[in-house]
Amino acid sequence: MAVNAAEAAPQNAAFSTTKWSRAWQNHAPGYLFLLPWLIGFIGLTVGPMITSLYLSFTDFDLLTPAQWIGTANYERMFTNDRNFAAAMRVTFTFVLFSVPLKLAFALAIAMLLNRGMKGLPLYRALFYLPSLLGASVAIAILWRQIFAGDGLVNQFLSIFGIVGPSWISNPNYSLWTLIILSIWQFGSPMIIFLAGLRQIPQDMYEAASLDGAGKWRQFWKITLPLLTPVVFFNAIIQTINAFQSFTPAFIISNGTGSPINSTLFYALYLYNEAFSFFRMGYASALAWFLLFLIACFTAFSFLTSKYWVHYDD
Amino acid sequence: MATSIQLRQIKKAYGDVQVIHGVDLDIEPGDFTVFVGPSGCGKSTLLRMIAGLEPITGGDLLIDGQRMNEVPAARRGIAMVFQSYALYPHMSVYQNLAFGLETAKMPKAEIAQRVQRAAEILKIEPLLKRKPKQLSGGQRQRVAIGRAIVREPKIFLFDEPLSNLDAELRVAMRVEIAKLHYDLGNTMIYVTHDQVEAMTMADKIVVLRSGVIEQAGAPLELYNNPRNLFVAGFIGSPKMNFMTSTVEAGALRTGGVALDLGRDVTGATTLGIRPEHITIVEGSGVKFADLTVDLVENLGGQTVVYATTRDGQALTIVLEGQRHVEIGSSVSAYVDPAKAHIFDAEGNAIR
Repeated sequence: MAVNAAEAAPQNAAFSTTKWSRAWQNHAPGYLFLLPWLIGFIGLTVGPMITSLYLSFTDFDLLTPAQWIGTANYERMFTNDRNFAAAMRVTFTFVLFSVPLKLAFALAIAMLLNRGMKGLPLYRALFYLPSLLGASVAIAILWRQIFAGDGLVNQFLSIFGIVGPSWISNPNYSLWTLIILSIWQFGSPMIIFLAGLRQIPQDMYEAASLDGAGKWRQFWKITLPLLTPVVFFNAIIQTINAFQSFTPAFIISNGTGSPINSTLFYALYLYNEAFSFFRMGYASALAWFLLFLIACFTAFSFLTSKYWVHYDD
Repeated sequence: MATSIQLRQIKKAYGDVQVIHGVDLDIEPGDFTVFVGPSGCGKSTLLRMIAGLEPITGGDLLIDGQRMNEVPAARRGIAMVFQSYALYPHMSVYQNLAFGLETAKMPKAEIAQRVQRAAEILKIEPLLKRKPKQLSGGQRQRVAIGRAIVREPKIFLFDEPLSNLDAELRVAMRVEIAKLHYDLGNTMIYVTHDQVEAMTMADKIVVLRSGVIEQAGAPLELYNNPRNLFVAGFIGSPKMNFMTSTVEAGALRTGGVALDLGRDVTGATTLGIRPEHITIVEGSGVKFADLTVDLVENLGGQTVVYATTRDGQALTIVLEGQRHVEIGSSVSAYVDPAKAHIFDAEGNAIR
């Protein structure tokens, strides 16, 4: 290609036009095959994104034409919206607890499974199952039953004479039931951790054990540092997912974020603004701010990664 | 000061498969012992059992007379250099060397002192701040040895430490390890499949095959008096020539020639002669074959002749110096009877 361009440069315009059309003929089949994807990408992703960016600067209720209101939506978020503040608080709490706990749990299970036990594929599949089901409506409904006032958890506690609260309708506990639900979906980071653990050469542990390091020290000084690229990857993916978490809160709180906004996840709040109150402009602004938050977090993670993520080569 | 090691009927089995079949071995304090053998002979397994990385299925391992079978690797007073070096990739060279000492909760100042001393011995002081991936193969090898030295162990174990290096570096490191042994005086065990490494470094060579010691002894003892065909073929380069032979009327016949070795040859089926012990000049020893020369390699210092006997057996001859031998010509081969080895049908040497 570079050679062709260099040859074409001194030629006259007419000639380069034929070159262009020839190039087009060469590449047309390629673009033709790409067409379905291109249509989808432009029509379903780029188009709506640009539209929503525009809408975020408008007042739009779906019925009347959008009114340009400048940055008013963004100003409202930070100056005049207590629900937004609540949603931020709930979401950050959720991210802050669910991600590290889920990763720790996933790593613990991965290390258990990595000890070369029999029937590993079966266990792997069993442990992965909640992740396939976890974000689904059915499981969220099941969760609501388990943590309800007369649910499974309280029935279990009653064996010991403990009268438990209705976990999901008590604002002190409701968010925590969702965090536990999220931890239960540890399958996908667990599988990735398992693959990462397999990559650590056995002789590293042999050398460490000759150096006198016990299992605990081996974990902190060998396993964890060598696993940091996988930890990093899992942390980013899980954090992004956690910021966007929606379905469980929607089901468990009947779409309201109740009780007392204690499960008002950011995505749930956004959804309500858009589809319950038809404030499309404001919802779009919320969506773009979430994107900004996630981008900031990801950028921050990448910037700090060189201080704690170890890459072999 | 130096430490002795005794193996008493050491066995290793993985399930029903036994890989080490009752090995008995005495390693004298301060000896440099080399385990050598073809791949799969169990030499690394044996080393790892001494290290404590592999459980011992049967028998006793004694270090300085004390049974060590159940003692954890870290408390056997050993350090090991791995074939892969097994350096911790996320730690600097300094941290790699210091790891074991930090684990032992040694004071920082003493750690620094020991690391410094090891770095001086191995000439890796300028590399202390680097990560393993920034080092060449030879440098990594030195760091791996350094990690063993800093702990001041009683015993050093080396598991094929030079096999990842190129030929030139291998020779250089071989000399350094031998020198290190001379300087430190520790008991060392070294595993290799390279018989040249074994010959040049060892005080004692242990030749293993299929989990059994074929012969153990000083390098020249193994070279001069191999106990069987396997050891005879394994030690020495180029390989010893083996010629099928028969005994007729108390004399050995091979390649259509009868030769008198001046000793009892009853039961001999194979004649073994090292290439460097054969001459083609009449009058030096007894004649044992008439040959046709197939190929001649002039190496400058020596001349290697590849030839075939009248009955079609291949023979390699190493002649000192630069000799002119015509390809296709007929020559006769002579050997000093004292340097001819004979083996019976089971492959055992007849002495």
